[in-house]
Amino acid sequence: MSEPLLKVQNLRIELTTRDGIAPVIDDLSFELGAGESISFVGESGCGKSMTALGIMGLLPEKIGRVASGSISFNGEELTTVSEKRLRAIRGNDISMIFQEPMTSLNPVYTVGEQIAEVLRAHQGLSKSAAWNSAIELLDAVRIPNAKRRVSDYPFQMSGGQRQRVMIAMALACEPKILVADEPTTALDVTVQAQIFDLLNDLKRQTGTAIILITHDMGAVAEMAERMIVMYAGRGAEQGPVEQVIDHPRHPYTKGLISCVPHIVANLTDERHALTEVSGIVPPLREFGQNRCLFASRCSMVSQKCLDKRPPEINFEAGQSSACWHAEAV
Amino acid sequence: MKDNVGNKPLLDVQNLTVRFTVKRGGFFSEPKYLYAVDDISFQIKRGETLAIVGESGSGKTTAALAVARLVKAYKGRVDLDGTNFLGLEDEALRLARAKMQFIFQDPYSSLNPRVRAEKIVREPLDNLGAVDDVERQAIIDKLFEAVGLHPEQQRLFPHQFSGGQRQRIGIARALATQPDLIICDEPVSALDVAVQAQILNLLRKLQADFGLTFLFISHDLGVVQHMCDSIAVMYMGKIVEYADRLSLFNNPLHPYTKALLSAVPSVDKKRRAETKRILIPGDPPDPLDLPQGCRFANRCPVAQDRCRSEQPDLKALASGHKVACHLVDESAVSPL
Repeated sequence: MSEPLLKVQNLRIELTTRDGIAPVIDDLSFELGAGESISFVGESGCGKSMTALGIMGLLPEKIGRVASGSISFNGEELTTVSEKRLRAIRGNDISMIFQEPMTSLNPVYTVGEQIAEVLRAHQGLSKSAAWNSAIELLDAVRIPNAKRRVSDYPFQMSGGQRQRVMIAMALACEPKILVADEPTTALDVTVQAQIFDLLNDLKRQTGTAIILITHDMGAVAEMAERMIVMYAGRGAEQGPVEQVIDHPRHPYTKGLISCVPHIVANLTDERHALTEVSGIVPPLREFGQNRCLFASRCSMVSQKCLDKRPPEINFEAGQSSACWHAEAV
Repeated sequence: MKDNVGNKPLLDVQNLTVRFTVKRGGFFSEPKYLYAVDDISFQIKRGETLAIVGESGSGKTTAALAVARLVKAYKGRVDLDGTNFLGLEDEALRLARAKMQFIFQDPYSSLNPRVRAEKIVREPLDNLGAVDDVERQAIIDKLFEAVGLHPEQQRLFPHQFSGGQRQRIGIARALATQPDLIICDEPVSALDVAVQAQILNLLRKLQADFGLTFLFISHDLGVVQHMCDSIAVMYMGKIVEYADRLSLFNNPLHPYTKALLSAVPSVDKKRRAETKRILIPGDPPDPLDLPQGCRFANRCPVAQDRCRSEQPDLKALASGHKVACHLVDESAVSPL
């Protein structure tokens, strides 16, 4: 295999909190190939978004920092690169869309101005060329009547349209990686379907690799080729989506899949109680301890889990699970 | 399940309409009305769950609020156990409210941050004044146990609980007056998936234990599928389809329902292979400027001229499955 587009190795991100320094990302490694789509799943507070912010170099200033490990993009080490270079990469090579399309657009500029700004900053286009590209981009993300809507302000658009504008901005410079942090959580399900459809089409056309962050297993199943399940700042399990969903090797993955009432092909009168994952994600101050952080919620817990952090156990086709009992799951 | 009370539904809602006055234009111009809920009717049998589903702006929450008289209904009837709830006043209303309780979406803003958990749960009992102090405490202890909280947690304030625990407090509060009907407005939308399962299981257990009747409002069709006995699908203030659980999920008839169901991402490989995703383009119409015909016509892939000119009524098929679409006939085949 050739060198992956993005290679994250033993990444550790620390946040300064009132209780001291906490590793919100603790020894995370993964790779992303060109044109591939990978998904991060987990509950809130498991470090999904922090991973994305770490890659983007957007960790909260003075509070968060990459403590060790490496993020290598196209062979270039991002953890040590200058802020200036990072700014050139962001938006140009790696760009991001956020959960809240309401707050991620500037309300006092038209959407056209905001898209054009990206093109002018990164590609040095002239004002009129950038404006024309903005119209083309709006058209590409299927905003009807793009020529007129380009002069709209964000408030004149619906939530789904705003998210399309965000996608247009993110794709303006044809990035190699698009990081989508819960891009459809604030949207209705029919609009979500439109956005997913759009992302899939764009991926096919432009070959952009996608990192999708979500808590919805269904979305993972439809959107991604590989997935990483995060728990308390650590990778709990990773592997090809179909394989992980069919045969999860970590009790947390299994719990995440079976605790949700899914719509299935043929509904019957039978209704089982949902499998519960008792308890909640541990608080930050417990992150980084040398034990399995999921142990307190796990039905398979043994003494070993409380004594030592489980190593990653590898299975076929690149599936791996950080659980002492992975074979038995 | 208590089904010995005959065929009379516990909750019978007829022609419920809610309109809001929207001030627009100048001082002398006519007021404009937004019909958030437009002439809807539904029934729930005792011990059962009816889910109202729909996307944002469909009117599902407004309908629930109107049933509970938390917003004013413009027209219609809400019969709870045989009495018209909307017609009650003063003391009769106060007592009747005990029979209908509400669980809210956001467990963060629906609990008073300055009041201890125990008092939050006790307040409905205090308001009712039916039992003495000792008995009240006994009820509270029982409620805390029923929703899975420890007795010592009664002394804590809301911020000392997690989101799921807070929702449990909200549920205990709703149960305090021994209501017949509980309206659950998106009770798990604000919670993490693992916690959702805990709350959904709890609600179903309480329903079985206490013979509760639920009006369940949700946009999450997976959750609805798990919780309900029948479902009403709302679009732009109207019920477009209304059927029992199996009919609706296995044979959706209205094009909107069909598109809505097809849009739900699923981990079920078989379903993904079998379901063709139906993308409905565009956005819902402006609620202040509704089209003359079917409200879904502008996005409907199979709309015909008649759909654009004439509004379809919600008609019952022989099977009992109700649908508001010109293109569905007795053969019960979806036009899409």
